Amino acid sequence: MGLKRNFRVWRGNSEGEGALKDYEVDVLEGEVVLDVIFRIQATQATDLAVRWNCKAGKCGSCSVEINGKPTLMCMTRMNTFEENETITVTPLRTFPVTRDLVTDVSFNYAKAREVPAFTPPVGLEPGDYRMSQEDVSRSQEFRKCIECFLCQDTCHVIRDHEENKTNFAGPRVLMRVAELEMHPLDTLDRTRMAQEELGLGYCNITKCCTESCPEHIQITDNALIPLKERVVDVKYDPVKWLGNKIRVRSSND
Amino acid sequence: MSTVTSNDQQGVTTPGERAKIKARTLRSDRWWIQPAVIVGALIAFIIYSTWRAFENAYYYSEPLISPFYAPCLASSCIDGSSSFTPIGSWWILSPALIILVFPLGFRMTCYYYRKSYYRSFWLSPPACAVSDSHKRYTGETRAPLILQNSHRWFFFAGLVFNVILTYDALIAFRNSEGEWGHMSVGTVVLLANATFLWMYSLSCHTARHVVGGRLKHFSAHPIRYRAWTYMSKLNAKHPRYAWISLVGVAMTDLYVRQVASGSITNFYFF
Ligand code: SF4
Ligand code: SF4
Ligand code: FES
Ligand code: FES
Repeated sequence: MGLKRNFRVWRGNSEGEGALKDYEVDVLEGEVVLDVIFRIQATQATDLAVRWNCKAGKCGSCSVEINGKPTLMCMTRMNTFEENETITVTPLRTFPVTRDLVTDVSFNYAKAREVPAFTPPVGLEPGDYRMSQEDVSRSQEFRKCIECFLCQDTCHVIRDHEENKTNFAGPRVLMRVAELEMHPLDTLDRTRMAQEELGLGYCNITKCCTESCPEHIQITDNALIPLKERVVDVKYDPVKWLGNKIRVRSSND
Repeated sequence: MSTVTSNDQQGVTTPGERAKIKARTLRSDRWWIQPAVIVGALIAFIIYSTWRAFENAYYYSEPLISPFYAPCLASSCIDGSSSFTPIGSWWILSPALIILVFPLGFRMTCYYYRKSYYRSFWLSPPACAVSDSHKRYTGETRAPLILQNSHRWFFFAGLVFNVILTYDALIAFRNSEGEWGHMSVGTVVLLANATFLWMYSLSCHTARHVVGGRLKHFSAHPIRYRAWTYMSKLNAKHPRYAWISLVGVAMTDLYVRQVASGSITNFYFF
């Protein structure tokens, strides 16, 4: 078999009690971290809990932290590490652990449910409106999301401050708000909600969500900052405020 | 944001349901390099610009004016540096201090600089997945940081400055006697400075929003959509323009200072 490599894998229970355990394991040419975790599971730790599905970077199940960086196990190639480097794999550190490398990410689903759904104009029938490419290209970028929640995990607002979980929905969810705000047929205005209920103001645009996104979605530049600018439009822009008092702006422009 | 504390019973080290791991970060790469470089660069600029703003000398040598002193609005401005001095003679400090608040405010509230100094000075976070060690964190939800939302106002003020500095570059097509049709190294320096500042402003996130980003319905606004598409390309390079224009302003000022103090001669091409 191939080269022996050193792994440190966090093993623990749902109380969060556990420790990093060392494993010396064979690694073959062309493997990714997930392959090696499988080998550890097959040969040395048959009870190692790990979540995965597609092994192709598309299901978003295998999110963990490797050498401290939130990332997908199936997309992290072994040849990106030095040969003598010890590779540390831990569960996501922002969410409650279920067991070993598996975390409970239900926080993200709960937050996603707080966003009111797409609301087309009343009476619009299927086929009444034809979508142009330029109207959907912004949303299409956000739609590449595989819901791995690495952005939510990296975001220091909740990663470093458990108490902010009540007030902050996280980049993935705010990106969904941005998507709806950019939809030509959506009739709801969620900008105030983004600021006042979903905690957009907590984001200090330090771009860690963008850096960790395996789909390379420009979350901060294309979703969060545009959303912040929309909040400025409605809440902090005196000229617009005055303009809106004098003449009514079409919400559909 | 509160001050840095040694409290480690929070965030990634919160006791409870998260995996209990002591380390603030398990990153093994040199994540601290980037914030360290940014601290160094910004401090260097702050020291240089503070010194120059208070120096109150060597900012004008016909036809060149330093961007730190343009427009010069006080009566105490060096002869010839200004034809418009509404501030009058009661202002006894350096005239740079009257206008500095605008470019300063513009950059302080810039989304890119915010990212930079939140990371490197406030350490929140110092780098991704490195714990920020602040006891509490409220981001930009309350005073004073809620004032970051004033960026739009500074952006428009910045445009006025760009126009003034472009004008200053154009009147540098004169010689030291004020005759037109001449061009010197100083002209090139001032032109380059104005260009970089325009690139910085046009790549601004607010500019991108105002021009078209705020629209829901691109297909109904084809011209604004095209403008937005173009500005989005510039916007992707905003950090680069932020640095180029910052260094550019300092270098332009330094050049004018050297000429005005007589250390170098402004070479004329024609
Ligand atoms: S840019 Fe905002 S949402 Fe993204 S990680 Fe940073 S603080 Fe969180
Ligand atoms: S936005 Fe990117 S990082 Fe966040 S959940 Fe989607 S794919 Fe993952
Ligand atoms: S296993 Fe599907 S993304 Fe890694
Ligand atoms: S975002 Fe940087 S100048 Fe506006």
